[in-house]
Amino acid sequence: MLVWSRSGKAMVWSFAALVIGVVFLAPLAVILAASFARQWNGVLPSGFTLEHYAEAGGGASGAAVFASLTTGVVASLVALISGAWAALALRAQGGGAARMLGVLFFVPSAVPSVSVGLGLLVAFSQKPLLLNGTTAIVVIAHFVLISAFSFGNVSAGLARVSPDFEEVASCLGATPAYRLRRVTLPLVAPYLFAAFGLSFALSMGELGATVMVYPPGWVTLPVAIFGLTDRGDIFSGAALTIILVGVTLLLLLGIERTSAIWAQARNG
Amino acid sequence: MSDAAASPRGVKVDLGALWVAPPLIALAVLFLYPLALIAHAAVYDATDVVNLPAAWATLGSRAFVNALFNTAEIALAATAGSLALGLTLALIIAFVPFPGATFVARLIDTFIALPTFLATLAFTFLYGSAGVLNGALVQAFHLSDAPVHFLYSAWGVILAEVTVYSPFVLRPLLAAFSQVDRGQIEAASLLGARPWRIVRQIILPAALPAAIAGGSLCLLLTVNEFGIVLFIGAKGVITLPLLIYDKAIQESDYQAACVIAMVNVALSLGLFGLYRVAARRLGA
Repeated sequence: MLVWSRSGKAMVWSFAALVIGVVFLAPLAVILAASFARQWNGVLPSGFTLEHYAEAGGGASGAAVFASLTTGVVASLVALISGAWAALALRAQGGGAARMLGVLFFVPSAVPSVSVGLGLLVAFSQKPLLLNGTTAIVVIAHFVLISAFSFGNVSAGLARVSPDFEEVASCLGATPAYRLRRVTLPLVAPYLFAAFGLSFALSMGELGATVMVYPPGWVTLPVAIFGLTDRGDIFSGAALTIILVGVTLLLLLGIERTSAIWAQARNG
Repeated sequence: MSDAAASPRGVKVDLGALWVAPPLIALAVLFLYPLALIAHAAVYDATDVVNLPAAWATLGSRAFVNALFNTAEIALAATAGSLALGLTLALIIAFVPFPGATFVARLIDTFIALPTFLATLAFTFLYGSAGVLNGALVQAFHLSDAPVHFLYSAWGVILAEVTVYSPFVLRPLLAAFSQVDRGQIEAASLLGARPWRIVRQIILPAALPAAIAGGSLCLLLTVNEFGIVLFIGAKGVITLPLLIYDKAIQESDYQAACVIAMVNVALSLGLFGLYRVAARRLGA
């Protein structure tokens, strides 16, 4: 509605198509093409092969898929519980102190991931908490980095919930636990689903803290992809990246569907 | 005044405040305690003796100064680029909508959920010395060498960061644009205002809070970016996060790594404070 003439619109749209194509679609397209390519000598890749995916299915790459999924699900669940707990507690408390604590829960999102990893490495390589070289330290690193996003999502949801519903429930004699379970949590459920989805996606792509703390037996997908491309095996790296993107998007879609079905079941 | 009114329930309020303890303890043990130990390790050397000269030497080293300069240059350029690209796309999607514009906006939005190093890997195939662009140029002009080399310089990092961080600007801008009164734009247009004047006088003022919030978030994320720089792996492009990784993992020089980490954390927290203030002041 800003540009009215047919030719003006056509010009603006071709420009937009070019920019979106070059900046956002071309990167995804070349990685997809490379993951199926036998070789890439000329302008475009040549020779179709599923070899890179077959390699990714077993051995070290298969272990990386497992490590990433496990880390992502566990860290996201813990972050969801901790974030929702903190958001609910601070909302019940209210006031200036609660606002300041709220900012504190956001701080991990502002600190560079490499420094979070370095801190965990320094802190847990000495007594009293010796965790260096364990799987737990990777999960902890992911939890710390995504906790702020879970907290932020649930807080944003709670801010939109009118206290009236909860007050009515209390007046009708609902205990705090019953009120939380049957009134507050269902009202913020869409935000809980969204928080889990975002946390999981962030965990799947986490690299900075993971490279600082991962033990040899727990290599996540991003670390494995870096290992492959660093050795020059960019085609296998591309295949593993497509698997990472595919798993992340599938899970996000699944969570979105579950959230919608759940909301429908409640309302209808 | 509210204290006086609440005093009969004072005990209950105090107990209620304890509910925040479990997640707070988790944050303290897993995040604040490690941060404190980084500060401690920054001034103590490997033999656990205070060694301030070593800390000063790290701060004065060419590697650190270069990394600080690179980080600032890359972050500022990438943020400016993300703002320009995000604003352009948001203007087109919101005010010159094409069929499927909403779908495209959602597609770009999913980039927020994807790992950042994806952009670098893609750039290797697109603009690397054996990539699509160089392959096409060599073939078209019968060159003997690949003519395009920007990927292995700061430009490669900047352009990759613009790709992954412009969606962070696009999202708040689209939200802000959806609040702009369409009637006002149509009236201005009917009265003969050129599109550029409408953008400057009606749309941009309305989008300023969202642009500042999105831009400062970009600045924070680009200062902290690690994956893109690691994957490009150019010798001349070392930023603060990459230098911390090099010192700790490659050289096992933990004191130097912790000194640089303190600087990086301070820089990030400063930008985070700026972002909070900007977001609150402007209500974005």
